[in-house]
Amino acid sequence: MHLAYPAVLAALLFCTGLYGVLARRNAILVLMSVELMLNAVNLNLVAFDVWLSKAARDTLHSGQALTLFTIAIAAAEIGIGLAIVLAVHRNRGTSDIDKLRDTAEGHETVGPDSDALTAGPADGAGKAEATA
Amino acid sequence: MTTTTLAVLVPLLPFLGAAAGLLLGRTAPGFVRPLAVLPALTSLVLAVLVAVRQGGGQAVNAHTELTPTGSVPIELALHIDGFAALVAILVGVVASCVQIYSTGYLRDDPRYPSYAALVSLFTSAMLLVVYSGDLIVLLVGWEVMGICSYFLVGHYWETPEARAASIKAFLVTKLGDVPFLIGLFALATQAGSFRITTILGTVAHGGLDHPTVIALLLLAGAAGKSAQFPLHTWLPDAMAGPTPVSALIHAATMVAAGVYFIARLLPVFEASQAAMVVLAVMAAVTMVGSGLAALAQDDIKRVLAYSTIGQLGYMTGALAVGDRSAAVFHLLTHGAFKALLFLAAGVIIHAAGTNSLAAMSRLHGLRDRVPDAFWTMTVALLALAAIPPFSGFFSKESVLGAAEHVATGHTERAPGVSGWIILVAGLLAALLTAAYATRLWLLAFNGRGAEAPDHGRQPLTMTVVLWVLAVPSLALGAFAYRSLPDWFDGRDLTPALTTSVVGTGVALIGGIVTYAAWRHTTALAARVPLGAVAAHPESDAGQVEAEAIASHAPAYGGVASAPDPADPGRLLLGPLHRHAAVGFHLDAVYAALFVRPVQAGASLVRFLDREVVETYVRGAGALPGLLGAAVRRAQTGNVQTYVSALLAGTVVLAVAALLVATGA
Amino acid sequence: MTHPADITHPAAVTLAAAQHGFLSPTGVEIAFLLVGLATFGAALVTVTTRQLVHAALWLVVALGGLAVEYLLLTAEFIAWVQVLIYVGSVVVLLLFGLMLTRAPIGRSPDADSGNRWAALTVAVAAAAALVWVVVDAFRTTWVDLDGPAAGSTAVTGASLFQNWVLPFEALSVLLLAALVGAIVLSRKAKAESSLPPVNSRAATGGSPSVPDSRNHPIGGTARSHAAKPVAGTHPADQEGAR
Repeated sequence: MHLAYPAVLAALLFCTGLYGVLARRNAILVLMSVELMLNAVNLNLVAFDVWLSKAARDTLHSGQALTLFTIAIAAAEIGIGLAIVLAVHRNRGTSDIDKLRDTAEGHETVGPDSDALTAGPADGAGKAEATA
Repeated sequence: MTTTTLAVLVPLLPFLGAAAGLLLGRTAPGFVRPLAVLPALTSLVLAVLVAVRQGGGQAVNAHTELTPTGSVPIELALHIDGFAALVAILVGVVASCVQIYSTGYLRDDPRYPSYAALVSLFTSAMLLVVYSGDLIVLLVGWEVMGICSYFLVGHYWETPEARAASIKAFLVTKLGDVPFLIGLFALATQAGSFRITTILGTVAHGGLDHPTVIALLLLAGAAGKSAQFPLHTWLPDAMAGPTPVSALIHAATMVAAGVYFIARLLPVFEASQAAMVVLAVMAAVTMVGSGLAALAQDDIKRVLAYSTIGQLGYMTGALAVGDRSAAVFHLLTHGAFKALLFLAAGVIIHAAGTNSLAAMSRLHGLRDRVPDAFWTMTVALLALAAIPPFSGFFSKESVLGAAEHVATGHTERAPGVSGWIILVAGLLAALLTAAYATRLWLLAFNGRGAEAPDHGRQPLTMTVVLWVLAVPSLALGAFAYRSLPDWFDGRDLTPALTTSVVGTGVALIGGIVTYAAWRHTTALAARVPLGAVAAHPESDAGQVEAEAIASHAPAYGGVASAPDPADPGRLLLGPLHRHAAVGFHLDAVYAALFVRPVQAGASLVRFLDREVVETYVRGAGALPGLLGAAVRRAQTGNVQTYVSALLAGTVVLAVAALLVATGA
Repeated sequence: MTHPADITHPAAVTLAAAQHGFLSPTGVEIAFLLVGLATFGAALVTVTTRQLVHAALWLVVALGGLAVEYLLLTAEFIAWVQVLIYVGSVVVLLLFGLMLTRAPIGRSPDADSGNRWAALTVAVAAAAALVWVVVDAFRTTWVDLDGPAAGSTAVTGASLFQNWVLPFEALSVLLLAALVGAIVLSRKAKAESSLPPVNSRAATGGSPSVPDSRNHPIGGTARSHAAKPVAGTHPADQEGAR
């Protein structure tokens, strides 16, 4: 089999994932797109490992080992990522990435307002904590 | 104690008094008055002791060099000859009188502690100038006097007149001090020392290369300090200060420092004929011009100020004919009677509630309210007008006699033309002096109209010193003209018959003409009501004077003159009155020549700074600002945008690297 | 353009180029191509669909297609791991995530952000560059799939536990750390949700951690309820500040 087939497929998948990371609004969809990118890399690793194990008589199978590691790390990443997204969602009420703009220029002029708006319940929370 | 120790203590005590007064002024107000008066009195006693020990004989010289200061050494040097010893006594007497007088005059002034300390500091500086044998040390005292004068003229800094006057006094005297400093350096460079004795020795051996330049440079400083034409304009305005300050600084001592300085370095000036002629012309213009101006002034203190300028012109004239004995003789008598005039004027201003002669001429019975001031001022005015046998007669005759000697070629000390200039101008000034003295006396003490307000008795501290000063005003000349030559150069100071007769005659003519003019115009005074009187019976004299100064311009239309048809000066001067009242427009000329160009230059610089330089600065700031605005728009906070830009850059870089690597 | 294969294996390249042309594909190649097309299509749908849950399901198709590709490349162990981990757990996790964040079911008009065109540009440019480079570099490289499978379970296991045992153990530590991290992140949220104000909020709008299908179509109300927890996060900070 020509090596170009898996390589091109991996490149296309990678760029698809890239598009998803850049264009998707929902954080979980972004995580999915990251998975696509990781899988594109995995496909490359496997294809090159298969090629080299025959063509260069490579017995380390480093590509496949690395693929396994990548899969494990991807699993870990998805767990942590989802936990973060859930925490963000719980704090901000949204998981839309383009709404998380705290680092934007001029954000701090907005910040105190929202703080002021939420000061009432926050105070109530403080008192409730104090009594509890 | 040795004479040197005593002499060192003389300037040191008032300095310590000033330091203690400034330190304790707020915390221990009870010590302020003793700290002001006692050092001055002690200094006076010590100065008398020094004078007695020196005795007019060999000059006392002592010097010590604190540290090497480069090429020309600067030494703490004393040089006490007869001139220094007697001038120091004068300074001590006037300073003591003024300090005593001020305790009453500024009785309720909250700034009295700092005022008294500054007067002490000034006294110390003046004594330093008098005793110093080193020009740099002399310069220190000279400049300290200048800054004290600045602060004391601005004592009533709440009034705009005082603020303007203090700055003007400072700037104009500094204008003279800059060439003065250069002249000192030039002199010391050529003589190789700042010591006065060394310099005079160099001059005596003809070691001075450019005497004219040096003399003219020094003359500028002396003219600024001694209020000689054309740097005299600050002195009339300096009358915005309290009267005791005017008496001490702007009549008796500081303005005499320039004359004293020239007297000390007279050989330097004599080395240049041109400088002597310039000195003579300057003195003549000063004498005559100030006499005319004094005749037109309405403020009693401004009359005295112009009179001071004129008398200083006499001293300068004496120096211009090479007779420093006459100059210092006149300095001594003038210091006494002019201080008396000012202090008496302070009493009158307090009693009348105004400083305007026009207003005083409409007050009846002012002389009965202040009998002490009336009698002592009469004595001082007679001395000023050089009527025998008052002290002013002898000193002025010695000046005129010296001029006559030079003019008739009896001595080669000065060019003959100087003698003639001084003689003619001196006689003319004698006429004018008598005229304005008579005018002052008639207007102040012979007013007709409403009864003068009763402000109670004047404080004893203020009246006693008048009598103390009246003694030398009356008798100093007659008793001293025989013994003074022993202290001075040995030149005869006896009045010559010709000049005495002519001078006294001229003075009498001036007085009689003024009296006639006054008789002619005084009837008008009742018909034209004029004058504003500040009545504060319970407040101290200083506040009355401050109010009088502040209200003069609003009430009479100017600080100098009043639209009074009953003024004999108006009749005597005729069309000249308008110009004389404003000092012959010299201030306007200065404003046109210097102030406006400087202000125009300042506004030009301001324009360049605001519009041109600022434009570049703003442009330099605006460009990054625009860039920042552009970059700021990129900071959306959207992570995806950031990553897009990052990856786009990565792609571009990768493609570029590929193209480079493959050589495409 | 020269490429590494030319330099390293000139003989093999010429051999491969001579023996195997692109216009005469083998059966494996055809299968790979077809599955690859399906995978790529599924991936495209995944990143473009407006229905979030559908995106997860299309991801399953894409990842499954990749598993088939692994099989075709004779890497059977990787293929099964792919199926087990990705299709079995990751996608399930993602679905859970979607539900927990109350992602709307059905078409959501705002699935793509405003960054779409920039993203498309970057992605297309990157794809063009990558494909160009990859094709240019490996157009003549031949992968020999005959003989013993390169990725059988035996081979992979032997290699993994002979040569890669230390990284493998390190990776287990990493996984443990990730596990602990995820728990910590979740527990913190839970600790907060147990606070009184959160409870009071739960009385008004229901706990955000409970998926509520009624709220999903009307994201506005869900968000308005969920906006309140913003206040709920601050008490701890404010307590610290006092």
